[in-house]
Amino acid sequence: MSDDTQDHGGHSEGRRDFLYLTAGAFGAVGLGAALWPFISSMNPSADVLALSTVEIDLSAIEQGQRVTVKWQGKPVFIDRRTPAAIKEAEDTPLGDLRDPETDAARVVTPEWLIVIGICTHLGCVPLGQKSSEPRGDWGGWFCPCHGSHYDTSGRIRKGPAPLNLPVPPYEFLNDTSIKIG
Amino acid sequence: MSAGTHQTGGTGSGLVKWIDSRLPVFTYLQKEYAEFEAPRNFNWFWNFGAILTFMLVMMIATGIFLAMQYQPNTMLAFDSVERIMRDVNFGWLLRYLHANGASFFFIAVYIHMFRGMYYGSYKAPRELLWMLGVIILLLLMATAFMGYVLPWGQMSFWGATVITNLFSAIPLVGDMIVTLLWGGFSVDNPTLNRFFALHYLFPFLIFGVVILHVIALHVTGSNNPTGVDPKGPQDTVPFHPYYTLKDSVGLAVFVTIMAAFVFFAPDYFGEPENYLEAAPLKTPAHIVPEWYFLPFYAILRSIDFDIWFIEAKLGGVLAMFGSIFVLFVLPWLDKSPVRSGRFRPVFKWFFLILLLDCLLLGYVGGHSPDNKVFEGVEWLKVIHLGYLGTFWYFFHFLILLPLLGIFERPKPLPKSISESVLGGGSTGAAATAKPMEKA
Repeated sequence: MSDDTQDHGGHSEGRRDFLYLTAGAFGAVGLGAALWPFISSMNPSADVLALSTVEIDLSAIEQGQRVTVKWQGKPVFIDRRTPAAIKEAEDTPLGDLRDPETDAARVVTPEWLIVIGICTHLGCVPLGQKSSEPRGDWGGWFCPCHGSHYDTSGRIRKGPAPLNLPVPPYEFLNDTSIKIG
Repeated sequence: MSAGTHQTGGTGSGLVKWIDSRLPVFTYLQKEYAEFEAPRNFNWFWNFGAILTFMLVMMIATGIFLAMQYQPNTMLAFDSVERIMRDVNFGWLLRYLHANGASFFFIAVYIHMFRGMYYGSYKAPRELLWMLGVIILLLLMATAFMGYVLPWGQMSFWGATVITNLFSAIPLVGDMIVTLLWGGFSVDNPTLNRFFALHYLFPFLIFGVVILHVIALHVTGSNNPTGVDPKGPQDTVPFHPYYTLKDSVGLAVFVTIMAAFVFFAPDYFGEPENYLEAAPLKTPAHIVPEWYFLPFYAILRSIDFDIWFIEAKLGGVLAMFGSIFVLFVLPWLDKSPVRSGRFRPVFKWFFLILLLDCLLLGYVGGHSPDNKVFEGVEWLKVIHLGYLGTFWYFFHFLILLPLLGIFERPKPLPKSISESVLGGGSTGAAATAKPMEKA
């Protein structure tokens, strides 16, 4: 066991250090590989992912009516907007907005506003889907938890929420039905 | 203790020292798992303690992650397990590791126990150490049994029915106890719920008893293949790196074999019947427990006759529990002062016969009692082998072992471990140990 005449460093430690490091590295890689399936099993499973799209029939919704559907466990607000509401949303100057976004960027066709109904502050579901509920100062939605107001384009206008109600990915399958997700 | 603190305090970083002077976990690890002096002559059978520790951790880890996906409800349980197999990321791996892990846990436990029996590891001063081990075995059996119920397949259900009905054999209060266990009048949702809760709890009880088992081990020190106590430092090596490394090698081999089953024959130990959902109105034609319960199951079924006033049903249950209880008192049944079977020329053969007897009982437990053992031999039924095996099991422990202690003449023991390791009996232990220390 006299390998102390190794090239550089002067000490015999070099070879042993190498063994320690390689053994340690292999051990770490092995441990990581062993942990991977455990962590991965906590991610959404195939049956959960299979529910990641939902198709909605819009034909029964009348003008001015709002409907809530569930997508990935979240409420999605579907609003068949009145011409007045559309005009109000389109005419709002971007300078008035906390999270500036044009109405056109948030809809596929102006008549249909589709947003995820979760307040961007702390995750409550804002009120306003029923005409009897408070809709806030801008005629959109009002979050009862901490008082955030959203306008008829689902954009944040007042209150603690930082961002507009997000628009989920969706497409029109035909004139009267959409697929969300 | 304080001396140890000073010694090891020097090795760690500042943070380690800061913690260690307040909570001496590092000192403890250093003392009990690094410097700990273990006999230098362990053979591979001494790997199984480490292997079992690993298995316990592995079973708890896979179990916790499975519990995140499992539904302990009779309406949902079976499907939730199928969902784990099909939909959950790596769910198949977690479940097969857990299911095969149970089998390999028992393989390791049985090897560990027979190791202890052959080398006399239960003898003074290690009686409590051994008894704690038997308690771990009992907890392990209870845990495995309840775990097998959870998938809510046919074998789960009928296994649960049969095993819980064992308690109905108890005179007077038997039926009340069974009703209590079930939480109803048959194995049903309340039973499944509590089995899930207890199946989650018991491994942590096992963990606790394992800690006591290890503490007791570290008081007496390990036995070794000669059964002769270490006489001094020339007979031992520090646990680290010698046995940490040797244990790692053995563990790697063991895990490789287990992995072969997990990946290539994951249902080898399982029953196809358990892939059918539990049907409380239809008993399968042939109920068998998991392989690791077969010898005990054989003993249970072999008492099919009344013994005086004890009915066959109660007799079988008593015999089955008795087969484990004799292990509790084993340290006092084996009166031989010699520990290791190496130096017990007669015991050695009876040990082998006991091992074969347990395998025979395993065979008996896996076959219908009325089956013929050999095709064409009408008079020899499986039950006959069951009688023989059961008789021999108790005969070995209750009659043979005490008598052997009196009548057997053991071979001369080596003076010390190092003498036996180094072969030559002529030179002194200290002198012969010297060249080994360099290696």
